[in-house]
Amino acid sequence: MNVSLIRKDFPILHQRIHGKSLIYLDSAATSQMPLSVIKAIEEYARNDNSNVHRAIHTLGERATAHYEGARAKVARFIGAPAPQQVIFVRNTTEAINLVAWSWGMNIHPGDELLLTPMEHHSNLIPWQQLARRRGAKLMFMPLRSDGTIDLQELPRLITKKTRLIAVTHVSNVLGVINPIQEIISAARQVGARVFVDGAQSVPHMPVDVKALDCDFLAFSGHKMCGPMGIGVLYGKADALEEMEPLMFGGEMISTVSLETADWKELPWRFEAGTPNVVGAVGLAAAIDYLTELGMDSIHAHEQQITRYAVRLLKRIPGVTIYGPEHPRGGLVTFNLGDIHPHDVATVLDQEGIAVRAGHHCCQPLMRWLDVPATVRASFYLYTTEAEIDALAHALEKTKEFFGHGIG
Amino acid sequence: MALDDLYREVIMEHYRSPRNFRELDDATVSLTLTNPLCGDEITLYARIADDRIEDVTFLGRGCSISQASASLMTEAIKGKSLDEAVSIMSDFRGMMRGEPVEDDESLGDLLALSGVTKFPVRVKCAVLPWEALRQVIAPDQTPE
Ligand SMILES: Cc1ncc(COP(=O)(O)O)c(C=O)c1O
Repeated sequence: MNVSLIRKDFPILHQRIHGKSLIYLDSAATSQMPLSVIKAIEEYARNDNSNVHRAIHTLGERATAHYEGARAKVARFIGAPAPQQVIFVRNTTEAINLVAWSWGMNIHPGDELLLTPMEHHSNLIPWQQLARRRGAKLMFMPLRSDGTIDLQELPRLITKKTRLIAVTHVSNVLGVINPIQEIISAARQVGARVFVDGAQSVPHMPVDVKALDCDFLAFSGHKMCGPMGIGVLYGKADALEEMEPLMFGGEMISTVSLETADWKELPWRFEAGTPNVVGAVGLAAAIDYLTELGMDSIHAHEQQITRYAVRLLKRIPGVTIYGPEHPRGGLVTFNLGDIHPHDVATVLDQEGIAVRAGHHCCQPLMRWLDVPATVRASFYLYTTEAEIDALAHALEKTKEFFGHGIG
Repeated sequence: MALDDLYREVIMEHYRSPRNFRELDDATVSLTLTNPLCGDEITLYARIADDRIEDVTFLGRGCSISQASASLMTEAIKGKSLDEAVSIMSDFRGMMRGEPVEDDESLGDLLALSGVTKFPVRVKCAVLPWEALRQVIAPDQTPE
């Protein structure tokens, strides 16, 4: 993969921040859009914008073709058997809430929902609320000291009472790549459904829902070179059939009388109102871009960058890295002595380096790590080793600036 | 460097050795606040009698700015009447909103925090302890 060519595709990367070249190490929060995505959005807005499914006119036909074409593209990208199993939502969070509310109606008092302590708040709170509404019990898989799931505990935790397992594929803090396959085969033994939070995996590695055999998968366009406001819920056909619509209105009905209405078939019954067509167009262009480079190559590049980053940061006295050394997703979460992550991030920003500082929407995990907050540098297909060098250098500077008490 | 504007000497000094950093055994009020964005936490303790802040202390964990702001705040309001403390608080909140400072005297060492306004994302760090104070001494005033 030729990273310097790839970087030419991303106009936003070529700017100066506080007089320094921007080094964008926050792609796990939101990634950047290549020109092809920006252009696809512009072309659509210039030529084809109109409402979908309702119009008999040419623009309406084009918009519908764009929208349904994007759905088919997403389905191919994740290996979904049919486009009908791809529901467009705003983001991962909305996908999880949709399932927690709608599929959640199948949960009864005494049922168990099994999660991990490393879940993003988006994959924790909807299930907490579901458990509260339906009188179910929340259970958590224990973590080993390096942050990986302790699989030996699974037989004890996955029982006939387990109705749903919700687990992140890749942790947005620890970088842990979870053994989804093992978890799913254990779930199959007891008939539990498995919801995979793919927000940090789908953008970074090949993910095939048929091979995984998950019941649900969710991810966000803005973390995979696409625009904000478009995300995906994939579901197995029989799992989606167990769900009632959550929102009602236009686009999702077949026949309506004053007293009653019937729902359209999948996936439209879950997409009430005018959808985010321009978002879908951007996502489709992002998928084309990623596919052209190859998800395997992207993953390999990130693995190489991450290994390089771990090696370099480990050498800096005072740096504590959280999570397993290898394998891990394309991010490194750390602290620098007792310097608060906010202070680290402010100094790095002055060097043009964008990192994330805080609890990363994982307060329970911060408590498990016994730190109030951490710094996270996250990588993508455009990240270079030179940028990691600059990060390491800036961290040394940060230590100098704050001076005392560090390793 | 712009960083020196944020991390002034006084701030770093208060961060390294915060004043009044302890629990107050005979506190008449105490209040814990967290910044949901970053998990920073502060507990403010005060002994208030006859409309005067006789003693004020804090505990907490957070970044240099929130800790220094808390430390400086306790120094500024200790021994002051409630009216005086409310006035200092209003001046400080005004400074954080970027309003010109009218009364240097009132703010004293707190002026060192004026550089924070050049780093908008850090303003919330500086105001966290003051929000705790507001809830204690001026609950009717609007939060920042
Ligand atoms: C693992 C994980 N799950 C869920 C989310 C939520 O994604 P979104 O904000 O796009 O809904 C994120 C993003 O921060 C994430 O990293």
